[in-house]
Parts: sequence; C-alpha cells; structure tokens
Amino acid sequence: MIALDDYKQNRTGDTQRFRGTVSKPFALIGRNVIRWINSIGAATIFLVLALLKTFHPKQFQKVIQQIYYIGARSTTIIMLVSLFTGMVLGLQSYHALVQFGAEGSLGTLVSLSLIRELGPVLTAIMITARAGSAITAEIGVQRISEQIDALETMRIDPFRYLVTPRITASIVSFPLLTTVFDLIGIIGGYVSAVALMGLNAGVYSHSIRSYVDMEDLTNGFVKSLVFAVIVATVCCYQGYFVHMREDSKGAKAVGLATTSAVVISCVLILVADYVVTSLLMV
Amino acid sequence: MNIPLIEFKNITKRFGEQTVLDQVNLQIYEGEVTTIIGLSGSGKSVLLKHIIGLLKPDEGTILFRGEPINDMKKTELAEAMSKISYMFQSNALFGSMTVYENIALPLLENTAMKKNEIHDRVMARIEQTELTEAAQKYPSELSGGMQKRAALARALITDPQVVLFDEPTTGQDPVRKNAILSMIAQYQKKFNFTAVMVSHEIPDVYFISNRILALYDKSIVFQGTPEELSNFDHPFNDEVIRSLEGLQKELTGLYSRRQFKVLHRSQLQSRKSDEGYCVVVFDLSDMNSIVSAIGYDRAQETIHSMGKYIDKHFDAIGGFSTRRKINEFVTVLPFSDIAETESIVKDFMEDFQKSGMSEIWSEAQKNDPQTRCVDFSVKAGMAEGTPVAEIDSIVKLAKAHRKEIGRLQCAVKE
Repeated sequence: MIALDDYKQNRTGDTQRFRGTVSKPFALIGRNVIRWINSIGAATIFLVLALLKTFHPKQFQKVIQQIYYIGARSTTIIMLVSLFTGMVLGLQSYHALVQFGAEGSLGTLVSLSLIRELGPVLTAIMITARAGSAITAEIGVQRISEQIDALETMRIDPFRYLVTPRITASIVSFPLLTTVFDLIGIIGGYVSAVALMGLNAGVYSHSIRSYVDMEDLTNGFVKSLVFAVIVATVCCYQGYFVHMREDSKGAKAVGLATTSAVVISCVLILVADYVVTSLLMV
Repeated sequence: MNIPLIEFKNITKRFGEQTVLDQVNLQIYEGEVTTIIGLSGSGKSVLLKHIIGLLKPDEGTILFRGEPINDMKKTELAEAMSKISYMFQSNALFGSMTVYENIALPLLENTAMKKNEIHDRVMARIEQTELTEAAQKYPSELSGGMQKRAALARALITDPQVVLFDEPTTGQDPVRKNAILSMIAQYQKKFNFTAVMVSHEIPDVYFISNRILALYDKSIVFQGTPEELSNFDHPFNDEVIRSLEGLQKELTGLYSRRQFKVLHRSQLQSRKSDEGYCVVVFDLSDMNSIVSAIGYDRAQETIHSMGKYIDKHFDAIGGFSTRRKINEFVTVLPFSDIAETESIVKDFMEDFQKSGMSEIWSEAQKNDPQTRCVDFSVKAGMAEGTPVAEIDSIVKLAKAHRKEIGRLQCAVKE
C-alpha cells in the first residue's frame, strides 16, 4: 500500500515537473508581453502629461535651449551623413540605371528615396544616437542624484521642467533636420551623378521637379513628426524612470537605460516607418 | 499645548514586503529645532520624505497645523508645501548650473519676480552664507562644506517656514560636522524657521536641538528634550545611543554627558559627604563674532582646540570634562578646592593662549590670508560641591559665578 502511494506521488510530481518545463517558455513570453504593454501604456501617459504642460508661460526659453541642443547642434552631423548618403545613393543607382538606359530617372530615384524614406529614418536615427542618448543620460543622472526629487521639493514640476521642453524641441527639430537631410542628400546625389559620373545637370534636376510632389514632402514631414515623438518620449522615459530598473541601480542603470533608449528608439523608428508608410499609402 | 505644526498619526510605510515605518506618531512644533535620531537604515529619511510629500504613507494621517493633508484642496496643499524646504543628504545641487543659478532656480520657476529683484535676493543669501566668491562656480568646484552652504542657501531662498535637513553632516570630518550643525543653529535663529533634522551625530545634535525624536524598531519611541532623553529607560538608549555616542570624542576628546555622569557618581560616591570638590564651567563667549571673523570651520577648530587643552590640563590631575552646549564645557576636579582650581584655570588659559590660539590663527591665515583676526573672551565660573549634591545644581551655581578669565588674542595680529 505504501509502495503504491509512493508511486502515485512520484507520478504526480513528474507530471507537475513536465507541465512546469513545458509552460516555462510561455510564461516567460507572457510576462514579457505584459511588461511591454504596461510600458507602452505608461509611456503614452508620460507623453500626454508632458504635452499638457507645453504651453506653460515659462517654457519658451527652455524649449529654445533644447532646440539648440537637440536641433542646432545636430546639424553638422546630419549634413555630413546626408551628403554621403546622397552621394552613395547617386553612385549605386547610376550604375544600375545606366544598364537599362534609365539614368535620366536618377534624380527622381535619389530625391524620392530621400524624401519618403531615408531622410526621416536616418535623421531620426542620427538624432537618437547624438541627442537621444544624451537626454537619457542627463535625466537619468538627475534622477539618481536626487535632483528630480529636489525639483519636486522646490515645487518645480519635473515633467514641465525636464521632459516637456525636450519633447517639444524634438517635434520642432526633427522635421527641420529632415529637410536639411533631404536637401543635402539630393545635392550629394547631384555631386555623384553630375560632377563625377557626367550626367546632365538639367536631366537630374528636371527628373526631381517632374516626379516629386507635395504629397511626398508631406509624408516625409508626417514621418519625422512621428519619429520625433517616439525618440523624445522613449529617451526621456528611460532616463526619468532609471531608478525603477530591476536589472541594475546607480550609474550602471544610467548606462543600461541609455543603451535601451537608443536600441528601443531605433527599432521603433523602423517599425513606425513601416506602419506610417502603410497608412499613408491607403 | 500648542497645535503641532506637523503631526503624524499612525503612519505606516511599506516597500513591497518590508515595513519601514509602523504606526509612527510624532509632533513637530513651530520655531523649534527637532532632530530625528536612529541608526542608519532605520527609516529616518523615509519619515522626512513623508513630510514634504516625496513619499505617501500606506496608512495613517499627516496633519499640517492640525489639518489632515489628505483632506486639503490641491491649492491648500500646494500652499502648505510651499512653506517647506528640503536639504538633501547629497545636497542635490544641479551640476550643470553655477551656485548662483542653483539658488535662483526656485524664484525663477515659481515666482513672477523681476530679474533684478531675484538677483538682489540671491546675492543677499549668497553673502549671508559666505559664498560670494563661489557664486559663479559649479558645485563640483566647491568643497563639501561650501556645497552644504549652497544647498542651504537654495533651501532658504524662498523664506520657508520649515526646513527639513536630511543628514546634513554625512561624510564630513568632526570639525566640519560641528561647523554645519552650528551653521544650521545660527540660521535657524536668524531666519526663525522650524528645523527638522535627521541625524545620527550623537551627542553633537543635542547642542542645537530643542526636541529629540527617537526612531527605533520602525516607530517613534521617544519625544522630548535632550535632557529627558538621558533619563529615558528604553533599549533604544542601550543599543543606539551608546553605539553612536563614542563619536563625540572625535571633536573634543572629552567625555559624553552620560559618561560624565557615570564618572561623577563613581568617583564621588565613595567619598565622605563633607569632602568637597570643584566644578568649573568654561564658556567661549560670542560665538557669532568668532564665526563671522574666521568662519564655521575655524570656529569649530577653536572649540576642538579648547577641548584638547581642557583635557590636557585637567585630566592629568584626575579631573574629567564634558561639553554641554555648543560653546560650553564643564570640568569636575574631584580633589581640588577653589584656590587650587583658580590657579589651574590660570595655567590653562596661559597655555591655551600661547599654543592653542597661535595654531588656530596661523592655520586660518594659511588657508585664507584674508582671515580677519578677532579677540574673544573665555568666561569661567567655579563652584564647590559635596558628593551628596546633584551635579546639575553645582553646575548651575558655577554658571552663576561666571566671569571673564581671559581674553584670547590673535597671535599673528600686527
């Protein structure tokens, strides 16, 4: 009788262990999905709260200051990247198109690629790398050194003081820098195609004027706005809640938060690019 | 009894499974310096953060002037909180801003004051906290003491009614610790705010505190004056006070008040009731002018030096001493009469003038050639007592007989 009981108990134990092993990966996925949904919800509330404080009377100077840090100081790197992107695009496309005798469409290809896709995406990624990471690190350090608590004790709303100016400045800066990227990129394409490969300058500019319309520009503008909101929100959010990270604390947490901010922003830029493109094409 | 300015009723705070504060009850009264003492990690800072609203209690009520803050309207709560300032343990100064910008920030963000009004007010605070030369420097370019002063200036810029100090002396050496405490005491008197301080600098905080709150085992086990705390019969006294009290020797090298009382009892109880002994009370007069001439740090070094010389002179002849107030020392000479005591005190003054003072001034001028010399007087009162008399009554008598026994002069004065 005792032996039978032991046998039944062992069997029950084995079954539970088996179920545990099988369900473990699903539980892990489930937990991560729930955490992601929670984070998206929290970040959305974070964004709304920040935007609500945009029109506070003392915001103007802080927004201008952030436009300088996020926008103006990113201009050089954006110009450099866009010039070489346009040049390589011009070079590669010329060699491909010339085989079909379609080199006359080079201006259209370069300008549409830049205005619709590469301009907004690469600008957003470059700003994420340069300014987004700095935003996360700066706010993160302020959090761990109790400066954000200090703001609260001084009755200065940390959202209004730290987050809103950065999001507002990003919304202003991203489209402007995207325009710079598009323009310099097209000039880069011109340099490759016309100055180096000998394509006729008039053909290049005519093909741009003929096929680029207002809708293309609007789509690029919409994308850059969406990316601005994503990058600024993710970077501010990661820095602001650095103290709630479960994987580490202190300076290490700031480092990890900065990495997370850049990685998440870049992935979301590409995902959002696809989603916005699909919606705009409907 | 007055209505407390701030009152905690059955406050409980948990972080996850861990209970940090359990049914805490306390009262803080207007115009006083209240110090919350307890061991590190006992929840003192958590308690302080509840006062300013950085943390919310899980249970219980916090009352501000008798009104529960939970029942207050948003504007009323904002009004109440606007009267409270907080000085962080880490100072929490903005590293990317100069001292001037740090101090001006609350006025720039919260008031409609004009720029020149803000400038005047900030500069006044900067001068009061002796930061004139550091105004355009960044916090990382300042010493620990100067950073504390900058944080204090920022906390005081809005003329708060209550200032909360979270371990203001952490990480400082004994001289600087006492300099910061003395600075807090002086500003509290000057600006007349209610100070609530978290500290484990026992007994140094006793010298500046009107009330002590003892946090032990997640709740407040004692509320009262520092004198009442010495008679408080509770494990807190054995486990906490004794473990922290040893720090007192760091500054003066003298006995703590408790050790002093124990020595007094044990040395005199075996003596005949008619055998006399002497008590001397030393008083370093006019601390404020000393502080304004040589600064907080040097003023504390003067006290430190005085403690060292008292110990050197009186310990050798069987005496024992303690520091009772920020600038007051009491020495018991168990085997001396008044005449002998007067002669010993005279020797002490000569030695202190000759060696102690010259050290202080030359150090002060080495660090800052602009240091102004100031002469100051030491008063002493002596009284004879008998073993049956209470030490406090003899000290009182000695204080009543205080007179100037010496004027200490700047040795490097021209």
